[in-house]
Amino acid sequence: MSQHFLREIETLKKKILAVGAAVEERISQAIIAVVKRDAALAQQVAEGDDEIDEMEVEVEEDCLKILALYQPVAIDLRFVVAVLKMNNDLERMADTAVNIARRAEYLATQPQADLPHSLTDMTQKVQKMVKQSLDALVQGDTTLARKVCVADREVDQLNKEMHVRVQQEIRAHPEQVERLIHTLSISRHLERIGDLATNVAEDVIYTVEGEIVRHRTLAYS
Amino acid sequence: MMEELVKTVEPLKIADPILDIEHLCFYYGSKEALRNISLALPRKRVTAFIGPSGCGKSTLLRCFNRMNDLVEGVHIEGTIKLDDEDINAPDIDVIHLRRRVGMVFQKYNPFPKSIYENVVYGLRIAGVRNRTILAETVEKSLRAAALWDEVKDRLRESALRLSGGQMQRLCIARAIAVHPDIILMDEPCSALDPIATSHIEDLIDELKQDYTVIIVTHNMQQAARVSDFTAFLYLGELIEFDVTNKIFTAPSKKQTQDYITGRFG
Repeated sequence: MSQHFLREIETLKKKILAVGAAVEERISQAIIAVVKRDAALAQQVAEGDDEIDEMEVEVEEDCLKILALYQPVAIDLRFVVAVLKMNNDLERMADTAVNIARRAEYLATQPQADLPHSLTDMTQKVQKMVKQSLDALVQGDTTLARKVCVADREVDQLNKEMHVRVQQEIRAHPEQVERLIHTLSISRHLERIGDLATNVAEDVIYTVEGEIVRHRTLAYS
Repeated sequence: MMEELVKTVEPLKIADPILDIEHLCFYYGSKEALRNISLALPRKRVTAFIGPSGCGKSTLLRCFNRMNDLVEGVHIEGTIKLDDEDINAPDIDVIHLRRRVGMVFQKYNPFPKSIYENVVYGLRIAGVRNRTILAETVEKSLRAAALWDEVKDRLRESALRLSGGQMQRLCIARAIAVHPDIILMDEPCSALDPIATSHIEDLIDELKQDYTVIIVTHNMQQAARVSDFTAFLYLGELIEFDVTNKIFTAPSKKQTQDYITGRFG
């Protein structure tokens, strides 16, 4: 294969990592906006989404160009296909970060209230999952990718606990129903980001090992 | 990420193979061209041999109908069984073997005769005189080679007036006319344009209903498109043999991956 092709693959790798880094940053800012009740920062996250959308389109175009011009096979094919999918998942993570930022904008207008402890726990776990999924991509590290898949179950569990807790709080403080529903939304969005990070991790496993592990819980261990 | 291949898998087991090759070594004089090759080839399937120039894929192909006998100073070890019969046994009739194992070459090579005579050539050699049988065979073979509609009104014209792609299909029709079990194809499309190539590829897909096809090709995409199984050879050794889909998406051996992704060879 030509040097051309290898250069294209390297460039694609750099670009998808740049998308990943930008998305990681958006998620982090959205969470800070929630915690610090920073409506301006939340606004900034929402407005910055166009940039991610443009990056996503560029990566997709690059993937299509490589497929059409070079017809890659084996690990190169798996890599390009995985990038196409990860690209989509990362863009959706950014969209979800915008959704979290919207909730932060609302919560900033409400009287101060402590965030549930499990939500703080979730934000840390989900951010770690996103970071690890991207590290796994950079290093081709399937052990790390599998950790992400396992962590997703913990995040799912925390989200379920949040449901129960919010139901109880709504019963106890019906006047705060709107604030509580927004808080629950944040939990759901975080859980969704966890799912998308898991998709990225599964695609890393596919790229390196050539096996599709999606829908196969045992393959994580 | 690019370097690591994780698993080794069990060798592919082929039930009821048409060709069973065991510990095949082949020498041109003192030069070893094939080293200890064991391979079972599936019946009525297309198998592609891939590998860099000089890896022995054409030599291996030519072992199957003993075309290498025509080369001075060759020496063969190990066995090749065609339906349980050792094709290198002393009592084997080589002409009969070559009727069962036909061959299509890189450069189309029709005889300077009519289209009709090209197709019936093998039957005439075998002593068939019956005109009805000959005419039927011509039509059947040309239809099977997807050439009938293009030449049916000019069967008595010289084959040399056909286009390259048509000549190659005529050579396939000529191979089919003697009812072989196996058709060997050595780079059958390398001298053809993309349209003629796609005709031959469609034809290969049709042929496997009735024949076992073994194809040598340098065109990786072609191997991926037309074959059910792929064998990768390197420096006279069989490196990997597996289902084509597996070879081109997730090969087990690093050497295979490096070759098909163009990282060497």
